[in-house]
Amino acid sequence: MNNIIVLPMIVPIITAILLVFLRDFIKLQRIISLMTMGFVIGVTALLLGLVQSGGIMKLDFSGWLPPYGILFVADSFALILVLTASIITAICLIYAFATIGERHERMFFYPFVLFLIAGVNGSFLTGDIFNLFVCFEVMLLASYVLVALGGEKVQLREALKYVLINVVASWMFLVALAFLYGTVKTLNMAHIAQRVAELGQDPILTTVSILFLIVFALKAGLLLFFWLPGSYSVPPTAVQALFAALLTKVGVYALFRTFTLMFPLNQEVTHLVIGIMAGLTIIAGCMGALAGKDVRTIATYNVIIAIGFILIGLATGTETGFAGSIYYLVHDMFAKALLFLLIGTMVYLTGEVIVKRMSGLIRNYPLFGWIYFIVMCALAGIPPLSGFIGKLLIGQGAIEGENFVLLALGFASSIIVLYSLLRILLASFFGETTISEDHQKPIPKLAMTAFSLLALCLIVLGVGAEAFAPFIEDAAKTLADPSIYIEAVLGNSE
Amino acid sequence: MESLMMILIGVLVAVATYLVLSRKILRVIIGTAVLSHAVHLLILTVGGLKKGDVPLLSQSDGPYTDALPQALILTAIVISFAVTAFVLVLAYRMYKTNDADDFSELGGSSDE
Amino acid sequence: MKINDVILRTVVKGVVFIVLTLGVYLFFAGHNEPGGGFIGGLVLGSGIVLLYITFDIETVHRGMPFDFKKVAALGVLLATGSAIASLFFGAPFLKQADDYFEFPLLGETHLTTVTIFEAGVALTVIGTLVTIILSISEDE
Repeated sequence: MNNIIVLPMIVPIITAILLVFLRDFIKLQRIISLMTMGFVIGVTALLLGLVQSGGIMKLDFSGWLPPYGILFVADSFALILVLTASIITAICLIYAFATIGERHERMFFYPFVLFLIAGVNGSFLTGDIFNLFVCFEVMLLASYVLVALGGEKVQLREALKYVLINVVASWMFLVALAFLYGTVKTLNMAHIAQRVAELGQDPILTTVSILFLIVFALKAGLLLFFWLPGSYSVPPTAVQALFAALLTKVGVYALFRTFTLMFPLNQEVTHLVIGIMAGLTIIAGCMGALAGKDVRTIATYNVIIAIGFILIGLATGTETGFAGSIYYLVHDMFAKALLFLLIGTMVYLTGEVIVKRMSGLIRNYPLFGWIYFIVMCALAGIPPLSGFIGKLLIGQGAIEGENFVLLALGFASSIIVLYSLLRILLASFFGETTISEDHQKPIPKLAMTAFSLLALCLIVLGVGAEAFAPFIEDAAKTLADPSIYIEAVLGNSE
Repeated sequence: MESLMMILIGVLVAVATYLVLSRKILRVIIGTAVLSHAVHLLILTVGGLKKGDVPLLSQSDGPYTDALPQALILTAIVISFAVTAFVLVLAYRMYKTNDADDFSELGGSSDE
Repeated sequence: MKINDVILRTVVKGVVFIVLTLGVYLFFAGHNEPGGGFIGGLVLGSGIVLLYITFDIETVHRGMPFDFKKVAALGVLLATGSAIASLFFGAPFLKQADDYFEFPLLGETHLTTVTIFEAGVALTVIGTLVTIILSISEDE
């Protein structure tokens, strides 16, 4: 009985509700929401330590033993992502304090951010596939509101499309769940894995798994990303950063769980499809990033490239590839949050969105420019920053798994990423400054703090890679050998 | 009985697909509602349509019905209720601000 | 043109009590029979919406001066509160307790903490339902 596991989800929900009652006390709302995230970070770090020493932990809700009840399972992979997501949310909150504006704050901005992180953390921690659906929906409902919050014309328009696409995706999730339940008669992920292994993943199960692949690909923006650029460019900057860092990554997490734990047997079909989708995603993302003139478009297509790159690790099906994917996933969450915050701030400072119309920002804001330089290097994978080790390990995994096409595509995409971001650096940061000293808008101190914290995370993650290695290795080991997970969940109920 | 249910589900999905693909926003929303009903029936059907007693050990000796599909459907209904309600409010607000109730008027790039 | 709604008003005055009573009945029936917080909440909520439709918002608001957003929030708070209460007793998350109590007049009564959870669900449903209807109808 490990009640502590549920805290990363339930504490944000409870404080979110308390904040609804504190609508008029904005200062208090800020303090409480930040304290909540601090608490969640602390609890998750503690859990991560416990899991290293004592193995995977689980909590059976209401004491119903698996496979009958629903449960939360804390393994290293889930906890690493919960920790990353919580840190990013805390930093984005700091940025939001300075920039979001009182109107949003009174429209329940903080409660919805907390609901969002509750859904995200719940999705990472749950050990029951239907519960995963519910947590997905909690997260999506909060994200619907956050896209539309503010009620501008463009926002409402994009929000409607975003909601409808996700409703259809959720519907497909339910269809897949129905067929899965009809076939294996259980919803506990570990139990599903066991039953699938007994049945030997026949064609119908492979079809169900492909259905799950389509659902999660829609959520993750893997190949089916047509909805992503529109809806990610309309909300306020802090929300954009949260979305870019968290939402698609939950889909990626779900893909990893589905195809390492539940349906790992028919790899020549499923992993081939994932590999092809990842490759096409990278190509399409690169085209978008190269063609984009709008800074926000370039940034959103960079999100898509990264999704494709992370899933190369899954497609290789090797432990090294998994470790690389986890590493790169964590790195990418930090880097994309920072990139979106920076891009949003650039738009705020200049009032322009087209790359060529901005110029010389680094003269007006030197530190800002250098932080952009750091995130660019990290995303391109230049050592010693955080992107390097992830790329290296994914590359190694691809060689072990003999996926040379994906390897070539992945590393070619690094050059495109570098080029697309370098273009912004050269055009917008260097050159003659267009903003005179008098018209220069100051960057709020809290926003600068948020940038520096995220940049610091990128540097620490890269330089201190050795220190994080045990956690990542443990997570990758559990992914590569699902029997550890199954044993931990079902072991003592036999 | 199962085949009859599957035909019904198929009809519902066909209707819903037609509605979702239309241009009027209201029709699309009704289409998503019909879609969710179809999937609720699907869960019920694949869970097994059998007659049995309530699954309480003290009340009968069985055979019991599987209570899980119903629990899943209730949860799914609650979620689709919340989402449909939200979409309706959103569509209404959008109608107010953009003065459009038709998807063909909502195209265009996001930068304007 | 003002619509003559005498019949509606007269009927609703009676019917709303039946609807609300049915809602409460369904809520309590939920423990062992069909019913429960969600259904009960929906019926109670639709009763309130019926009031809003028949009489104008100001009149109903004078009688029920609640902010329904806060009602929904209170509901979620009750539900999650009953879920985490088990944490303080060293039981797993969401664990519920029940027991039989002797009361004067009522005799032996079965009391459970699930009722608190269900009350939370019901309040959430009522709050959400009314909030949605009001937010659509407010700006005529």
